[in-house]
Amino acid sequence: MAEIVSLKEAIGSLLNDGDTVALEGFTHLIPMSAGHEIIKQRFQQLTLVRLTPDLISDQLIGMGCVNKLVFSWGGNPGVGSLHRLRDAVEHDWPCPLEIDEHSHAGLTNRFVAGASGLPFAVMRGYQGTGLDTYTSTVAPISCPFTGEELRAVAAINPDLSVIHAQRADRKGNVQLWGITGIQKEAVLAGKRSLVTVEEIVDELDRRPGDVILPSWLITAVAQSSGGSRPSYASGFYQRDNDFYIAWDGISRDRQTFMSWMNENVL
Amino acid sequence: MESTEKYTSDEMMSIAAARQLRNNQICFIGIGLPSKAANLARRLHAPDLIMIYESGTLGAKPTRLPLSIGDGELADTADSIVSVPEIFNYLLQPGRIDIGFLGAAQIDKYANLNSTVIGDYHKPSVRLPGAGGAPEIAGAAKRVIIMLRQSAKSFVDKLPFVTSVGFGSGPGDRRRFGLTGAGPTVVITDLGLLEPDPDTKELVLTNIHSNVSVQKVIESTGWKLRIAEKLEVTEPPTATELEAIRSLVSAGE
Repeated sequence: MAEIVSLKEAIGSLLNDGDTVALEGFTHLIPMSAGHEIIKQRFQQLTLVRLTPDLISDQLIGMGCVNKLVFSWGGNPGVGSLHRLRDAVEHDWPCPLEIDEHSHAGLTNRFVAGASGLPFAVMRGYQGTGLDTYTSTVAPISCPFTGEELRAVAAINPDLSVIHAQRADRKGNVQLWGITGIQKEAVLAGKRSLVTVEEIVDELDRRPGDVILPSWLITAVAQSSGGSRPSYASGFYQRDNDFYIAWDGISRDRQTFMSWMNENVL
Repeated sequence: MESTEKYTSDEMMSIAAARQLRNNQICFIGIGLPSKAANLARRLHAPDLIMIYESGTLGAKPTRLPLSIGDGELADTADSIVSVPEIFNYLLQPGRIDIGFLGAAQIDKYANLNSTVIGDYHKPSVRLPGAGGAPEIAGAAKRVIIMLRQSAKSFVDKLPFVTSVGFGSGPGDRRRFGLTGAGPTVVITDLGLLEPDPDTKELVLTNIHSNVSVQKVIESTGWKLRIAEKLEVTEPPTATELEAIRSLVSAGE
């Protein structure tokens, strides 16, 4: 059963230096406050897994917490580059960043395989692309029935998977709704899992299309109101698009970025 | 009715792209230029265009242009929201999508796309965002429409990285790579339209937008561009089209 703990305690007890940590949330419900807690506790040499790195990865990379990134689309949506990610890849600042790069479909299937307890997933893709050449976690495989050449993508099983959800009840059952992305698979693939939530309530009243993750699938739940900002939590607050646009200016320059992090996160 | 108003080359590009879309087509939409053109088509001749975004929103009907593929506006107006594994494995991979609508940083003469790096992969001069959903959209959609601004830097002889396959190095490569869709049928730019030659699959300039010279298009292409024998001139934007594109409001505005 999930333990209900503070965010500080959860990150402190569930994460170790050098771990592979997935922070998932597809535009919606990005676990920002959990990422900030990782920065505050100065974790290092992490392998960070996220389909769409977004601002939280830019911050973790810029603060030197990450030495490998597993991802499939690393931009600031609708705005442009993630400058800290670019600076790390292009100029090794603040430290060299190894990358394991996929398509969304490929990384998605790596989570599906991890959640399924299989060593790999099978899909049609990658052939003819540069990703097929540069990524070591994809390999050719023949269909045993038809002989069709397909691609295998290696399972991913993070040491810790973190997601943000709207609610949990006092037993630690978790409820999320709206765009739920790859979060269920991320939790199921994780060796340990942490869910931050907007609120903890007595009873979960069901919503159309909601996903319920029973308490016994989750290691820990921590309340973190506003824990997705500037991403959004459907039913609680909207995406702060102005901040996503402003991040371009904040993150472009190393000094400006460090000052912003010192003032707002540390 | 042709408008007497002035218009920008970006407006012409979005309008030319919107004209390619038809009512009830199932269209998998990339963010940015494709999203703007698809939403324009919905306000003009294709109100029942079925828009799918990779965040899992099926049949989204946004009133404002989304900044991201996962904006709340898309979720709130969708017929259904599915998980990311479902959108790629159940909807895209089996060929249920009519049109994949993609942008990119660079394209080559076989309509292969790069959105990954400029320069060497391990020491890039510019690190671009990467693949996202594009490679499988380019592979599995029944056909693909591509949209990007045309210049000698974006229309290149050799891509530093192939993120998404158009026709590989020519006829037969899509089949060889196991790609089930027919591939790109048109590339829409701010200067004109290019279509693959049915035999060689090389992109050929088939339309130029009015007020654009053929010389300008040639100079804005990094390979020796083939020009169609019957080169058409794009109809300029109508007053209705211009009014519709100028009334599109972006998220946050």
